[in-house]
Amino acid sequence: MNTPNLEDMGCGTSSATKDKKSEKALKAALVIQNWYRGYSARLKTRQRYALTIFQSIEYADEQGQLQLSNFFSFMLENYTNVPEKEPGLVTRLFGSSIQDKDRQDYLGLIEIPDSYCGPRLQFPLTFTDIDLLIEAFKQQQILHAYYVLEVLFETKKVLQQMPNFTHTNTSPSKEITICGDLHGKLDDLFLIFYKNGLPSVTNPYVFNGDFVDRGKNSMEILMILFVSFLVYPNDLHLNRGNHEDFMMNMRYGFTKEILHKYKLHGKKILQILEEVYTWLPIGTIIDNEVLVIHGGISESTDLNLLHRIERNKMRSVLMPPIPMDGDRAEKKNKLGTATVALGIRTSGSFSEQLTKQEWEQVIDILWSDPRGKRGCYPNTNRGGGCYFGPDITSKILNKYQLKMLVRSHECKPEGYEICHDGKVITVFSASNYYEEGSNRGAYIRMSSGTTPRFFQYQITKATCFRPLYQRVNAIESSAIRMLKERMISRKTDLIRAFQLQDRNKSGKLSMGQWAFSMENVLGLNLPWRSLSSHLVTTDKDGNIDYMSGFQDVHIQKPVKEVQSSLIETVYRYRSDLQIIFNIIDSDHSGLISMEEFRSMWRLFKSHYSVHIDDSQFDELAERMDLNKDGSIDFNEFLKAFYVVHKFDQLNKSDTKLA
Amino acid sequence: NLNLLEDGKERKEEVAVAEFHKKIKEAFEVFDHESNNTVDVREVGTIIRSLGCCPSEGELHDLIAEVEEEEPTGYIRFEKFLPVMTEVLLERRYRPIPEDILLRAFEVLDPAKRGFLSKDELIKYMTEEGEPFSQEEMEEMLSAAIDPESNSIHYKDYITMMVIDEN
Repeated sequence: MNTPNLEDMGCGTSSATKDKKSEKALKAALVIQNWYRGYSARLKTRQRYALTIFQSIEYADEQGQLQLSNFFSFMLENYTNVPEKEPGLVTRLFGSSIQDKDRQDYLGLIEIPDSYCGPRLQFPLTFTDIDLLIEAFKQQQILHAYYVLEVLFETKKVLQQMPNFTHTNTSPSKEITICGDLHGKLDDLFLIFYKNGLPSVTNPYVFNGDFVDRGKNSMEILMILFVSFLVYPNDLHLNRGNHEDFMMNMRYGFTKEILHKYKLHGKKILQILEEVYTWLPIGTIIDNEVLVIHGGISESTDLNLLHRIERNKMRSVLMPPIPMDGDRAEKKNKLGTATVALGIRTSGSFSEQLTKQEWEQVIDILWSDPRGKRGCYPNTNRGGGCYFGPDITSKILNKYQLKMLVRSHECKPEGYEICHDGKVITVFSASNYYEEGSNRGAYIRMSSGTTPRFFQYQITKATCFRPLYQRVNAIESSAIRMLKERMISRKTDLIRAFQLQDRNKSGKLSMGQWAFSMENVLGLNLPWRSLSSHLVTTDKDGNIDYMSGFQDVHIQKPVKEVQSSLIETVYRYRSDLQIIFNIIDSDHSGLISMEEFRSMWRLFKSHYSVHIDDSQFDELAERMDLNKDGSIDFNEFLKAFYVVHKFDQLNKSDTKLA
Repeated sequence: NLNLLEDGKERKEEVAVAEFHKKIKEAFEVFDHESNNTVDVREVGTIIRSLGCCPSEGELHDLIAEVEEEEPTGYIRFEKFLPVMTEVLLERRYRPIPEDILLRAFEVLDPAKRGFLSKDELIKYMTEEGEPFSQEEMEEMLSAAIDPESNSIHYKDYITMMVIDEN
């Protein structure tokens, strides 16, 4: 019986009335509790759904990396087909801009003006420099490029001496702290240091990769971590993450942050940084028992091989080794001679790259995710690395006599998660990663022989903590917004898929049909039925008006005369275009020539099978009038493509360009 | 069986069941963190409620007993959850409380008809009567319901706000 009868039950003796009164109160309490628990559960579910949306989109974006990587390979392998005037493009794309200048060549030219009132580091660095930096960054000061470069040079020098895996030991009196992804969220790092103490000889740390990208203080985090490392090289351990990669930075924000904060010397910083990344260790092994790496493992993970490889040859996940198998020998020779002739020093001068096997081993370490399903299979969500099951974990841990794997790479609502029978721990240290209120951050303290202890936190901007329903509303709106932008960027394909199923041309589909098309076209595995109420209108028969999904969003047309399909395509691929432009723009001026712009588009178009008239694109470029002396400001170009949400009060641009 | 298929009502129920199955699967998968068709038993209540049902704690306890393994593992498998949940949806069990009944419940606890309950009164009822709240549940409810200036809960406004939020 669910709905209690609250009506008057008539009168009786005084004690009976008292009983009836308390019975009524009991029933009333039950009603309220029942209702509240239902409401609370639905709130938590909405929060979970929002996180699922964020995560699916994030991984789908990473999968886009694979296509981009294929594009680069395609370009390199087919450069002979590239018309005569294009070699310049290829050189710019693949030529290494790192010449072996020494440190003086860089630093000698930089002067720190007297007016500089930011922090001044003193080499050799000591713990006072760590304090100095933290205080300065709390006041939002920016460290001068001179010091940034000094720190980077020194860090590279020290890292070069270190093996691929750091081996360290704990004791009951010397616990070690492991932190996961920080992604430029400086407040989280401050909070960790506040709760757990600064790094020191008695307070060692492992930072498990992904220090940068997405958040707005990647540089400050990197400086604090590198300076701490230089002061305590044996107690502050850094592992490389998949975002310690100069190409990932182009897409996910760090490159932009550097060029913005360091307008004069940003280019130099980017050049050195690229190298420093390649010298970061692949992992840390604690007490010969605990393996700490950023992503995960695969069934073929070979720690002995990984100990041996020349890790600094791993430049980027987007630059796989050029194939060198037998039947391509002729092509390789042609490639080789021509490569030399053009003066291209690619990451693929063949002695300078890893073997395919070695490269894949590193990718697995940086990109894989654990799952409940047994076995090992390609990580299709991300497009790199694999999914590994509990049997794989057992196999690899046993093979190397290890007890546990600690990794990061995935955002978890509670900041950490244990799986595979306690053998795999995920630790993620960027709270509110997707949105304020989306998740907690965590860190682990452990020492040999004791159970690991977990510490959670969440940064909150509000002085008084907002009630749960407000926080859930916020992240839900944000997630739905992102999803709608996805939808609009694939509008043409979606409509085609809907119409294929809509035989009667009624404009309506069943829930099942609509969900099927959404999942297929967008490639996102989401609870479409539950989300439908946020995305489309449904009639009383439960059928969906599929065009209603596009009603309150549209992509801003920077130029009226150009077709919607072109606008949609540029919007959809804007992140990839951002990376490509950044690579072509080797002097980081923000400008590329109209000619380069056009040829890059033509190549991109053919590889991605985009069917749009060249003339349309030319028209677009011309009309946008972003020409500055025959060059195009590509950041301005891409910024002009953004989604407008009808119900935004302020018509704010919603670009999430790197 | 041709006879059954010719019966439109049976067909309709088949379609309804198929849609329920998909809905249940979606709700389940969101909590299946390891993608191995199991969820933590502590999240089953949330899943059931997310599908629109409002069982009491006692009823939930019984439901869990139905879907648990013979020897409880702390995990609930989808294969066991699906048929039980489908029945619940088909029979329209555990319907949610209508807004007016909820309002009347608050009014019962406020016999003087002031239009509000004090913080202490609400705490007393919610943590001592019926199926008592845990401390966490109590704090959570208070954070949204309480008017910090008067330290009381104006229940009519509260209900209206929650109903708007859900719709």
